[in-house]
Amino acid sequence: MLEARQLSFQFASNEPLIQSVSLTLKAGEWVGLSGDSGAGKSTLGKLLAGYLTPQTGEVCLEGTALPKNGLQPVQWLPQSPELAVNPRWRVGKILREAWRPSEAQQQAFGVQPHWLSRYPQALSGGELQRICVLRALAPGVRFLIADEISTMLDPITQVELWRALKKEAEKRQFGVLVISHDTALLERLCPQRYHLSGGKLKQCSEQLEQCSDPLLPR
Amino acid sequence: MKQAQLRHYIQPRFGTQPRLRAAFSLSITILLVIGLVASQWLLGDSPQQMQFDARLAPPSGDHWLGTDALGRELWARTLAGLALSFWVGCLAALFSTLIALSLAALASMSRRLDALVSLLIDTLLSVPHLILLMLIAFALGGGTQAVIIAVAVTHWPSLTRVLRAELLQLRQAPYVRISQALGKSRWFVLYSHMLPHLLPHCLVGALLLFPHAILHEAALTFLGFGLSPSQPAIGVLLADAMRYLSGGYWWLGVFPGLGLLLMVLGFERLASHLRRAL
Repeated sequence: MLEARQLSFQFASNEPLIQSVSLTLKAGEWVGLSGDSGAGKSTLGKLLAGYLTPQTGEVCLEGTALPKNGLQPVQWLPQSPELAVNPRWRVGKILREAWRPSEAQQQAFGVQPHWLSRYPQALSGGELQRICVLRALAPGVRFLIADEISTMLDPITQVELWRALKKEAEKRQFGVLVISHDTALLERLCPQRYHLSGGKLKQCSEQLEQCSDPLLPR
Repeated sequence: MKQAQLRHYIQPRFGTQPRLRAAFSLSITILLVIGLVASQWLLGDSPQQMQFDARLAPPSGDHWLGTDALGRELWARTLAGLALSFWVGCLAALFSTLIALSLAALASMSRRLDALVSLLIDTLLSVPHLILLMLIAFALGGGTQAVIIAVAVTHWPSLTRVLRAELLQLRQAPYVRISQALGKSRWFVLYSHMLPHLLPHCLVGALLLFPHAILHEAALTFLGFGLSPSQPAIGVLLADAMRYLSGGYWWLGVFPGLGLLLMVLGFERLASHLRRAL
């Protein structure tokens, strides 16, 4: 179980971005996180994955702090895949840095074998995003923070990617925090959803109107 | 608006030029360096051969660039001096770059080390260059080795600053953070993700250090703290020329000085072209 207890965070000399946020992510659970631009969704994701250190509060995995060295059981999938890969490495090497997925696993995520010999610049954002998702599924990973990972994909590929991720998550029982602006996507993927606004988390019930502006398109 | 449009059309066509220019100046420099090194075998001991019947002869058909007070051919001595300067400059720039790279890598490992390296950089930059050079060369007893060490030990700070800043920025790059999160060691991340990115900076940095190193070697030798007066170094030639300038023997100073100027300018041009191309 991944647990965030009373997290508070602010960037230097700015007003607090996240204030006393607590969140629990169980193994095999899918939790959605929405919020306006700049509300701190990605920052919360980075705090959970250990990329940022909270000013107060702590992130615990099974009751203990996140490991400092070695493979992190909580992996963060960033918004921009082109920044998440070394531009001087071929895609095959980028994948192998984490693990060696089988051909079937590659196929499940729509990764074509001929991409592996190319450099990241020769792939589209969507193609790179699929590589990044597959890379993050290294053995030993137990939680994924998926930060807007399907925004660069066309609707059909989006469905394929989420389906493959869902299948893999069910098989290996990892918990996923899906960060997205797309409330319809969150409704479909995550039984439990939160809305981040003003640095606080609000739990959304079945009726999303309660936590998001009813005038906004859904 | 129109200008922006024009630039949009023009730029792609000329976009390949920096690389062409860099390749051009690189090939010219390589040719000149090969010529300079090869000339040392062809020259043999002619830079040291004295002709007492042709002392202080002005440039002519027999003595292309004139002769010095001991009747030694100035063209042979200038070539030999430039070759010597080239080797000293090369080695000093190489060692300087290695020091800069190691210190920058060290600074990227932890905050304390970073503060220490920054302190070292500031300390060294606050001491006048030439005085430090003279002190080190003097302490090491002069000679080629002492000059190389003195130049190498005093020229790394500015390059270290550039490399350190680059590494600090790289350390925050998502792909570097992800590699760490995937369980890769600090050394692996430094060696495979960060250092390859720094190589172009190192190459240009070393090339920019090279003219500095040559000039400082010549200055040290001119002041008598560097190479031995028996070696045909540019600094020695210029120091010799000083004694005869008032007698109107202009060639003694002009040709070695011009050779040094051309070499320094050539490498400076190459470095600036490479910086734009890489």
